[in-house]
Amino acid sequence: MEDTNKGLLSLYRVLDLTDEKGVFCGKLLGDLGADVIKIEPPGGDPVRNLGPFYHDEPHPEKSLFWFAFNTNKRGITLDIRSADGREILKKLVKTADFVLESFPPGYMDSIGLGYSSLEKINPRVIMVSISPFGQTGPHRDYKDSGIVTWAMCGFMGARGDADRAPIQISHHAQTFVAAGIEGGVGAMMALYDRWSTGEGQHVDVSIQEAGGRGVPPVGWVLMKIKGRRELRIGGAGLATKYLWPCKDGMVMWFYAAGSQGSRRSSPLVEWMQEEGFADEYLKGIDWDKLDMRQAGQEAVDRMAEPTARFFMSHTKAELFDGAVKRRLLLYPVSTTRDILESPQLAARGFWRQVKHPELDVELTYPGPFANVVGQPLGISRRAPLIGEHNEEVYEKELGITREEILTLKQAGVL
Amino acid sequence: MRKRLLEGVKICDFCWVWVGPMTTKTLADQGAQVIKIEGKSRPDVWRVSPPFKDNIVGYNRGGIFNIINSSKKSITLNLSKPKGIEIAKKLVAWADVVTENFAGGAMEKMGLSYAELKRIKPDIIMLSAAMMGQTGPYTNMPGFGAQLTALSGFTHVAGWPDREPADLGHYTDFIAPRYNALAILAALDYRRRTGKGVHLDMAQFEGCVNFIAPLILDYTVNGRVAGRMGNRSTHASPHGAFRCRGEERWCVVAALNDEEWQSFCKIIGNPDWTKEPRFNTLLGRKENEDEMERLIETWSVNHPPERVMTIMQAAGVNAGVVQDSEDLIDRDLHLKERNYYPEIEPAEMGKYFTIAPPYKLSKVSHDIHPAPLMGEHNEYVFKEILGMSDEEIGDLVAEGVVE
Repeated sequence: MEDTNKGLLSLYRVLDLTDEKGVFCGKLLGDLGADVIKIEPPGGDPVRNLGPFYHDEPHPEKSLFWFAFNTNKRGITLDIRSADGREILKKLVKTADFVLESFPPGYMDSIGLGYSSLEKINPRVIMVSISPFGQTGPHRDYKDSGIVTWAMCGFMGARGDADRAPIQISHHAQTFVAAGIEGGVGAMMALYDRWSTGEGQHVDVSIQEAGGRGVPPVGWVLMKIKGRRELRIGGAGLATKYLWPCKDGMVMWFYAAGSQGSRRSSPLVEWMQEEGFADEYLKGIDWDKLDMRQAGQEAVDRMAEPTARFFMSHTKAELFDGAVKRRLLLYPVSTTRDILESPQLAARGFWRQVKHPELDVELTYPGPFANVVGQPLGISRRAPLIGEHNEEVYEKELGITREEILTLKQAGVL
Repeated sequence: MRKRLLEGVKICDFCWVWVGPMTTKTLADQGAQVIKIEGKSRPDVWRVSPPFKDNIVGYNRGGIFNIINSSKKSITLNLSKPKGIEIAKKLVAWADVVTENFAGGAMEKMGLSYAELKRIKPDIIMLSAAMMGQTGPYTNMPGFGAQLTALSGFTHVAGWPDREPADLGHYTDFIAPRYNALAILAALDYRRRTGKGVHLDMAQFEGCVNFIAPLILDYTVNGRVAGRMGNRSTHASPHGAFRCRGEERWCVVAALNDEEWQSFCKIIGNPDWTKEPRFNTLLGRKENEDEMERLIETWSVNHPPERVMTIMQAAGVNAGVVQDSEDLIDRDLHLKERNYYPEIEPAEMGKYFTIAPPYKLSKVSHDIHPAPLMGEHNEYVFKEILGMSDEEIGDLVAEGVVE
């Protein structure tokens, strides 16, 4: 079969009914080659109101959030709450492999479009429901704007300065992006199963659980140690520094001792020595033999002083260049500008230029999450405009007549 | 009984530390046969890292190891010996998928490049999950999640605008395994349809940059470098974590519109300050956010976070306890009901737990087993899968190939 270069999933069709919570799932399947049709309510998806915006112009066709997470999708508008809209969706379901949704649990059932209805129309269809706490359990109806599942999954409690509130990652909700990938994994599991059973199934993704995969409460189970926030001190019970200011920002570095640590710490000291920053104390350390715990806080502080001066004398890029040469675990705390300037990403041809004809520009986007060697994935479509593919899908594929479309448009269904 | 979902999928697993093992756990927990190749001369980091059961050091007592290696089989093979590589290649011939997460170039050095694997098994699927990918100037850079979290932009946008960024630990370690599992499953489907294998060169760095794609566009389009906003939102207020009754107890609350703000005020008893005109509008609340947050805490500090969450959610306001480990395991009855931390009993751990998949499939359940003891499946793999005799195995042990 000749379908190389169109992606691993080029055979499949996805109907994407999700909002902000599941938007990443369809993008990933689209990146892998599936035909993803984003279905928005008439007038456009509320996600289009999320910033940042193209040239800071708040307009539904200029949301960069929308741009970023809807590449490789086609777009149609449909009011699935109306009787006509429901019938049209059901027609689409007949040829769909996946239906993605992120409404509150029970909503799809309440409008007659739950899995039990869809499987009657197409037994092979796989429905992926992404919700804050999953379709079952006492919290199933709890709401989330992003920060709720971040707090509830356990990640937040361990983070942030001890004298202030625990902290989230700023800007858009991280747990939603994570759940988008887990939705993709669940969808693929169901697809694998379909090969042997011939049947689709319902995949229930919990955003809280997606986030929780990062934070197994090992300490609590084994030793009744609570979240790390109260114990924000390095492994040996010492206040070690991880983030250090440098000339133009910050870098990440920490000294480690013992046989592993020696391999890591000595090359930095040698580098500092070459440039005259290593003092007698630092030069005199036998990293193999050093026991951080025994050496104590005073030792940690004495290491820090010349190191801080060394870092302050260089930029992030200079320090990382040197780190690459010496294979040191010294990394920049990158800003988005640094990421765009990364020689590594450039060398790998990561960035993609995407045309936006209606804005008369070509914009630089992150490339795909996967590099399938020999079959590079690309961005074959920028995010759809509102109802951009209505004609293509409704008239050409479903055979709905122009007259019918005019009627439905005026009735607010399309 | 119904077959397990991935029953019959055979994985030859060179992964170690976190990202690789978490990837293959995802597949093993659904029934794939994952054979973890490890060894005493190069033990998995989590075989030898704390916390250990009862604080007793041992390969089979690692708290993390036993969570992220559930449902796998283990063999001990010394890959620094040519014979070790030879046997590994026999397992490649048996496998559908080969997984590894060494720094770029390491597999090639061992004579296990994709080209070589493909020669052994023409339709093999290979997952390489290096931090930087298999090409480029940084390909062989060592690193862990902590470093990648800084490199891929998360650290810079986490924390308070008036302070240094917050330490996010090994955040990216939890991102990459999801992408890896997705790519492997898509490749299995592709192979089933086309008969072709693929090499998946998954650079963790690239997957992570996708997580912040809107911020990347804000820079490439608007030239704006995203910064830190604490717990605030660009378009909602209040939006943050508020101190509650108890030691280090917090609850997040977010009111996304007027209706939620009104409900919020009602719940906290409509104190006088909420009636001030400056708090009546979103713009007013944004302008006076520091003060509003202080005023909210004068209320929240008198209530346990569970109560704040329950009454807020009942009124349709976004709210959630900032859960610590004890909350997750002992108090979150929702997670308990969904059996998110299923009980397992690894031989040297006693009653223990692992993490269930974050998705439930309506027609087939996951099937989770304890992580293997070091080398637990040597006999099974060498005899049953590779057809070796006792004598051959004895020789390999004597030569230190099987350790």
